[in-house]
This record gives sequence, structure tokens and C-alpha cells, in this order.
Amino acid sequence: MLRTDNLHVNYGAIKAIRGISINVPEKSIVTLIGANGAGKTTTLRAVSGIVKSSEGKIFYNDTDITGLPPHKIVAMGLSQVPEGRLIFANLTVKENLEMGAYLRKDRENIKKDLDFIFNIFPRLQERLKQSGGTLSGGEQQMLAISRALMSKPKMLLLDEPSLGIAPILVKTIFEKIVEINRTLGMTILLVEQNAHLALSIANYGYVLETGSIILEGPASELESNPDVRKAYLGEI
Amino acid sequence: MRKLQNNTKYLFITALFIILLINFLSDSINRYYYQIIIYCGINIILATSLNLINGYTGQFSLGHAGFMAIGAYVSASLSTYFAPALISLLGTGLVGKSIWFIFVLLCGGIAASVVGIIVGVPSLRLKGDYLAISTLGFSEIIRVVIQNLNFIGASQGFRGVYIYENGTRSLEMVSELSDVQYVFYEIPKYTDFFWTYLVAAVIIFSITNMIRSTYGRGFIAVKDDEVAAEAMGINTTKFKVTAFIIGAFFAGIAGGLYSHFLTYINPEDFNFLRSVEIVAMVILGGMGSTFGVVIAAIVLTLLPELLRDIQQYRMIIYALLLIIMMILRPQGLFGVRLHRKRKTNV
Repeated sequence: MLRTDNLHVNYGAIKAIRGISINVPEKSIVTLIGANGAGKTTTLRAVSGIVKSSEGKIFYNDTDITGLPPHKIVAMGLSQVPEGRLIFANLTVKENLEMGAYLRKDRENIKKDLDFIFNIFPRLQERLKQSGGTLSGGEQQMLAISRALMSKPKMLLLDEPSLGIAPILVKTIFEKIVEINRTLGMTILLVEQNAHLALSIANYGYVLETGSIILEGPASELESNPDVRKAYLGEI
Repeated sequence: MRKLQNNTKYLFITALFIILLINFLSDSINRYYYQIIIYCGINIILATSLNLINGYTGQFSLGHAGFMAIGAYVSASLSTYFAPALISLLGTGLVGKSIWFIFVLLCGGIAASVVGIIVGVPSLRLKGDYLAISTLGFSEIIRVVIQNLNFIGASQGFRGVYIYENGTRSLEMVSELSDVQYVFYEIPKYTDFFWTYLVAAVIIFSITNMIRSTYGRGFIAVKDDEVAAEAMGINTTKFKVTAFIIGAFFAGIAGGLYSHFLTYINPEDFNFLRSVEIVAMVILGGMGSTFGVVIAAIVLTLLPELLRDIQQYRMIIYALLLIIMMILRPQGLFGVRLHRKRKTNV
């Protein structure tokens, strides 16, 4: 469904990613893992058009989307949940969700999708009138994911959903990600530092290091790979 | 939501009636007070239009006086240079004058928003301080250009134009044409209570309604988080430029009201200090609160007048009050405390 081909991104003179080629099949969860500064987030941002790639191509359903502005990419059904839960702090939870449906014209279906979201995250329904900034970290992450779902995407790009969230909520959120994948058949590209957690829900994984892919394979294989265990899963 | 919007509609209509009613009384109001009331209205327009850019969309612009200057000069020069044509076309009746005034005001507003696009498109790529400095630079450029344009009086200011029967137009009497008939067309004093507060009511009504709409929330989204807004499919550049265009348009109209009230304009009326004054109104009123900004515009217009008795200490007290306000209520008079983005521990 999504394919990048030899993707390069530079921040000024610094090469953030060098030749990333990944493939995300439909209805699967694919994860990018790796340490800080490996280029995971940059890859995601390049896909969603927030940063421009200097070399390489991005294909979405075999259409070349390289260099398109972010709002056009969202309109094609690729929705990103940005790192650090970038929700609109001065809008209420409801307004945040409505912003997610910004590009949609089918007003009658929005209600149905809201119900689906409240079903997955009942907590959000309780806090509907509260402004986004007053939510806890975990709730903000739920809101960010829900908001992305409101645009009725065909594919979700999740950036570090576990970042800075209470461990107990991290588990819930990952369960919900799997639920979204199963019930909606949503294709998900997941960027995550918590390699163990990411590999436990993903079908396929890529290990990044200083801007390049050093290892790839089915998630279960990666999880048992001794190098990965040593480097990212805290085993000696 | 529906109910709220209906309410603002009724409020708007009531406001129009009150404006009309007070307008009949305007002749009995002391000239000095009347002038202050008009200035209040013009400042309300300036401050609420800047609030759309600075308060709601979060783009710090310091160049509002520049847009005001364009509106003032474009409308004033239309009203004078084309006065014979306008008079022959529209006559001097109330309806004719009204159409004339609306026409020149709109021209001033449109000219200002065209410049708003020219200034906005390149400089809105910048953020925060850099945007503030570049908009400040642009408004100074506008002022300096006006200072060097002879046909609108350059640094002497602009009062009107002598139009001779043989077609010569000049800002001063021409000695060689002493035996030719001429008429001096000064900037007509069309601005009154009705027009000023009509525009003020229109801008308050339209901004309030726009911000409440789904489209309008896009402005707040851009301010809250640009990356997130982009990720939602919002074209952030379009929203920023739109805010700039609307803001500049109303600033231009405010400029037109100003020139047609004073009947004399000088480039120095639109200097850096004027921009700062408008920014102060927005900050004091509370970024992103239309009601607060209206109150602040009134307070900051009245304050220097109320302090006139203590002459030389006036500006010191004015400045002190601003400082105290900012310490005690940093969110502004009616601003809601904005939620800061939580920093994530990476």
C-alpha cells in the first residue's frame, strides 16, 4: 500500500536518513524501531509531506506522492498522528475531533465514526467538553489517534504513541491500536522506541540506525534475533 | 451552536439600531467627545482585525499601521483626485455621498489586502520574532514610499487637491495659472458615528461568527500547533494568508475612516508607534478574545485623554498601567489563560 524507494532527507548539511526503502502491505502493522536519532520520525514525516525528501520516491497505492504538500496527502487517506501528541490545546475534545474530520464532506457519517471512537476510547466521551490541554498525557494520545481516525484514513502513521505516557496506559493504547487494525482493517505504520512493545503487535519490522535500515524481517523473527535483543530489548 | 449563531444575529441587528439612534444625537455631542468616540470606533476596527492575525491565528504581525496607511491614502486620493467625476456621477445628495464613501472605503480596503498578500506570502514563511520584524519592516517601507510620493503630499501630508479648469491637478496653487478657474477639493469629511460603528459592528459580527464555524477553527488550529494542523489536512499557509488578507482589508477601511474624519493625513500618523499601539490593545484585551480586545481598544483610546490634566506625566502613567496590567493579568483583560503545550520528556 505504501512504498518508499531509496528515501533521503537532509536537515541542512546533516543527513537524517540515507536510502530508506520500506514496504507497508495493506491491512498490516509495520513498525520502524531504533534508537534516538535513527531517523524513524524523519521517515514518517517525509511520508506525510511535513519534511521534504532530497532524493528517492514515495508511492502510495502505486501513485507517486513525493513532494506533495501535507494537506493533499491527508486528503488521499494517509493520516499522521504526530509525535508528542500534538493536539489543539485551546479547542475542546469535541472540536479537536471535528478538526480531524476537516476535509470530509459526508456530515452524516461523522456521527457514526464518533460513536465508533467513543466505543474504543470511552474516556474521550466523558471529557467531550473539556479543552484538549487539560487532558492527561495518555488521554491526549487517545485524542490524537481518534482525531486522525476522524479523517477516515486508509492508513495511519503513528509516531511514538508510547512517548511520555504512564506505563499502564501504554498497554491500553497498544491494545487499541491492534483493535483499530483488526476491526477497521486499517493499515498502520508505527514508529516506536519501545521495540519490544512494537514488535509484539506488528507483522513486520525495520531496524534503523543512523539513518539506514540495518535489519528487517517479520516481527517475530526480529524479536528473537540475538542482535536486536542485545541492542534494543535490553539483553546482555 | 445554532442557537448561539442566531443570538449573534439578533445582537448584530440590535447593535445596528442603537448605532442609528445614537447617530441622530451626534450633533448635540460636544465636538471633543465626539472625536474621541470616533477614534474609539476606528481603534476597535483596527484592534479586532489585528486580533484575527495575532490572537486567533497566532502570527505576530507588527505592521498594521502600514495597511491602515494604504487604506487612508488610497481612499483619500480617490475622494479628491476623482472628486469632479464622482460629483457629476453621484451628485451631492445623501445617497450619492454614501455610495461614494462606500466605494472609496472598499477601494482602500482592497488595496490594503492586495498589499497584505504581497507582504504575507513571503513573510508568513517566517515565525515569531522574525515575522514581527519583517512585517514591521514592510510597514516602514510603505510609510517611506508615501513620504516620497509627491502627488499625495509626500512628507508634507495630504489635505486635498487643486483642480484647474484646464485639467491641471496640483497640491499647491500654481502661480502661472493665476487667471485660470480652479476648485480646491479637500478630503470630504464623510466619517461619522454611523459609518464608523457600522464597520465596527460588521467586523465584530463576522469575526465572531467565522471563528465559531468549522472553517474558522482552522485559524485556532494553526495557532495551537502547525504540524498537527498540517497533519489534519489543513492548508496552514492558506489560513495564515487568509487571516492576513482579512486583517489588512479591515485595517485599510479603518484608514479610510480615519482620513475622511481628520481630512488631513500625514505619513507620520502611520508610523511604528501606531502599530505598537494596536498590538498593545490586542495583548491587553487578551489574545483571541474579541470582546476583550474591543474593551481594550476603548480603554487605551480614553486613557491618554483622561490623563490629559497631568500633562507631562501622562505617558509615564500610561506606560506604567500597561506594565502593571501585564504583571497582574498576563492573559489580558478578558483573555482565557491559554493552555501551554506540555513538554514531553524525550
